[in-house]
Amino acid sequence: MIFSYYPGCTLRTRAKDLDVYARKCALALGVELVEPKDWQCCGVVYPLAGDEIAHRLSAVRVLQDAQSRSVSVLTVCSACHNVLKQCAYDLKNDADFRNKANAYSEFDIPVTGEVDVVHYLEMLRDTVGFDTIKQKVVNPLTGKKIGAYYGCLLLRPGKKMGFDDPENPAIIEEFIKALGAEPVIYPYRNECCGGYVTLENKPLAQKKSQTVLESAKEMGAECVITACPLCLYNLKKNGGDTLPVYYFTELLAEALGVK
Amino acid sequence: MQRIGVFVCHCGTNIAGTVDVKTVAEMLGKEPGVVFSTDYQYMCSEAGQTLIQDAIKEHNLGGVVICSCSPRMHEQTFRKACAKAGLNPYMVEVANIREQCSWIHKDVAEGTEKAVILGRAAIAKVHLNAPLTAGESPVVKRALVIGGGIAGMQTALDIADAGFEVDIVEKNATIGGKMAQIDKTFPTLDCSACILTPKMVDCAQHEKINIYAYSEVEDVKGFVGNFSVAIRKKARYVDETKCTGCGICTEKCPVKNIPNEFNMGMDNRRSIYIPFAQAVPKIATIDPNTCNKLKTGKCGVCSKVCGAGAIDYTQKDEIIRREYGAIVVATGFNMIDMTKFDEFGYAQSKDVITSLEFERLTNAAGPTGGTLLRPSDGKHPHTIVFVQCCGSRSTTENGKPYCSKICCMYTAKHAMLTREKYPDTDVYVFYIDVRTPGKNFDEFYRRAVEQYGVHYVKGMVGKVAPRADGTLHVQASDLLAGEQLHIDADLVVLAGAIEPDKSARGLATKLTASMDTNDFFTEAHPKLRPVESPTAGVFLSGVCQGPKDIPETVAQAGAAASKVIGLLVKDKLTCNPCVAQSDELLCNGCSGCEHVCPYGAITYETKEFMQFDRSMKPRRVASVNPAVCQGCGACTVTCPSGAMDLKGFSNRQIMAEVDAICK
Repeated sequence: MIFSYYPGCTLRTRAKDLDVYARKCALALGVELVEPKDWQCCGVVYPLAGDEIAHRLSAVRVLQDAQSRSVSVLTVCSACHNVLKQCAYDLKNDADFRNKANAYSEFDIPVTGEVDVVHYLEMLRDTVGFDTIKQKVVNPLTGKKIGAYYGCLLLRPGKKMGFDDPENPAIIEEFIKALGAEPVIYPYRNECCGGYVTLENKPLAQKKSQTVLESAKEMGAECVITACPLCLYNLKKNGGDTLPVYYFTELLAEALGVK
Repeated sequence: MQRIGVFVCHCGTNIAGTVDVKTVAEMLGKEPGVVFSTDYQYMCSEAGQTLIQDAIKEHNLGGVVICSCSPRMHEQTFRKACAKAGLNPYMVEVANIREQCSWIHKDVAEGTEKAVILGRAAIAKVHLNAPLTAGESPVVKRALVIGGGIAGMQTALDIADAGFEVDIVEKNATIGGKMAQIDKTFPTLDCSACILTPKMVDCAQHEKINIYAYSEVEDVKGFVGNFSVAIRKKARYVDETKCTGCGICTEKCPVKNIPNEFNMGMDNRRSIYIPFAQAVPKIATIDPNTCNKLKTGKCGVCSKVCGAGAIDYTQKDEIIRREYGAIVVATGFNMIDMTKFDEFGYAQSKDVITSLEFERLTNAAGPTGGTLLRPSDGKHPHTIVFVQCCGSRSTTENGKPYCSKICCMYTAKHAMLTREKYPDTDVYVFYIDVRTPGKNFDEFYRRAVEQYGVHYVKGMVGKVAPRADGTLHVQASDLLAGEQLHIDADLVVLAGAIEPDKSARGLATKLTASMDTNDFFTEAHPKLRPVESPTAGVFLSGVCQGPKDIPETVAQAGAAASKVIGLLVKDKLTCNPCVAQSDELLCNGCSGCEHVCPYGAITYETKEFMQFDRSMKPRRVASVNPAVCQGCGACTVTCPSGAMDLKGFSNRQIMAEVDAICK
């Protein structure tokens, strides 16, 4: 299986762990990752405004590239995934946006939005299968109690992301079980980590992150895993020393014996 | 050419405000065939109707055009008025210059021009109108009530007391509905079962009422006065004529872990069950999805213990077809799924419950025998938080935009009863607004606040987080104090939004009755015909039409019954004469019309037709049953050869209208 692998900027700088382990695990699981040529930043928060086309053109280019090669786009970073997924949805469903996007860019093949944007976790569930992963695990994380931290961007807006039930998600818990560990359900797993508020109001961001980690710890988690570089940053910097926080790919690599 | 009179209505300023009615009357007076044209302030008033009648006689009018409101509003009024003056009522046309003109235009010149065009189209049509005479169809003197909750039961009892036969179809194993699950009723706090169960018994014992419990409506054919309904009587695997309701089977059945629906899944029932002690009919039912005997062929305990020999594992669903003159929909409601709201933690803690679950926890026949105990550990809760508007008045994709109407009152009831029975318990109620209009309702709510010391806090709960020690951390806003609250609660009760029962949508399709975007049945007129569906002969009772409490439901049930009685006392109904007819010479026998007809009014027959050489040749042609045809016109637009035509709305008439508009 070949995917157009879009790492995004943070995975080249602050979140190298997320990227390196994702590649190693893909290799171990027989999934081929091909980076699109000359990719740029997805636009991060700017495209979320939705009404300014220029901020979304970088995402449009990635999607057009994958569409012209008839492959799905694979993402790891929650923010990149949210931007690309919403962009693909709007290209498909909003003719005005689609026409403008094509008018701005001179593509050989016009972009239609008929391209799947798949998150690495969805790939593990739907392409590889958690049962297969279970079989390929060489160092099962038996007895380890892990809290899944979803944050905001993977799940919402629910209709556009189509990632999992946005109110009662289960995919990361299933992932944790596949690694042989025990998932811990805690009430703040879908709540915001504080996001970019940390730049303006650090005490508020600290409160948000601490609430998440303290709740996970109280319910018995020994560590927390996430797919989002910003969540990891906030939980580590603002969450105190409550619990260790890892990228989900790091634990996958450990279990598959490729760390 | 007809002698036509034109009557332009001002409707106060409703029309005259945006349409120059004098000019309209003057312009239309110049149209071919128009011999009289005038305007008047209120054409529907008695004086206005007299004006029309006098003009018909004085000018010997053969056709009348009334430029006024929508024909849905007053077409009948004007037809009757003209009929009194000796004119065939189908020689009257209404040009809608209010809803389709004055109300949507702001510019007088534009509005006037459009009103003239609409009037001209109606004049063109009247020229081609022909007098029509309505036929008659008989009325089957029996009513069907779909749903056996308090709404359906009250409707059935009222109809039956008037002397007509009524059948109740209830999809559950017993009638009673939601009211049977409720502990006490506001604002008088009388016991729900004590006032409901006698009514259930009345229904069962009434000689005019027949109950089809554990049954569903399969399909509906026919029309007002002559519905033909197929009812699926689901297999109970118990012979109704033999079962005595002794309940031995429900104690001996080895499958013990089936969540008990009547107690909202808070305790278990057996695979063979009687929903509750006062069930009507009190007959055991085997749940085929969990019964060992039906699934694997091994067991048969219930059959062995049944003294009456009522168990019959070979029983099959039975389809019963019956005729009815009228149908009442009383399908009721359910609470929306609270797991859709992650912030309330309903899926994460057993101690976050819905209000209906709370009713069962305080009911003497409930899983705890009426003692309020936490579902998780069976201990008394000392701090209880009630959250109102969980999904009501919500614009999120999981919520409902409307107010569920009953929650403010039942939450006040829950809070008050809790404080009375357990004075050591702290009770909080979070609300957006407290809405208690109704007789003795606001007094009731104030009693909860002032006499019972319930903490009412204006603001919503943002998060319910279960803790490791089992307490529930509630984070909420107090909007009046402008601060955030943190409460450690033992029990959280969610007043979830109510929505129409899931079966309602499928039923609406079968009945061709319309629904709104929330799946509530639409009434024929929101103010003036609130218990009738726009589909003739279909009536609405209870929450299927919109949220309401028990007193309102009972009132509406009675109103629906009186409408049904008004229909059933008639021996014959006047048919709509605007029915389809087929021109046999043009019909090519394609069956297109037969396929699109929603009423099954069209059949094909083979007839002999003369050829050019005078020989006779058989040909298949369509034929319309005028008693069944409802005049929808689907066949006329389907017919490729133009053989199908609708009386009163012929192809020629419609084309004449279009021509007049485009002139």
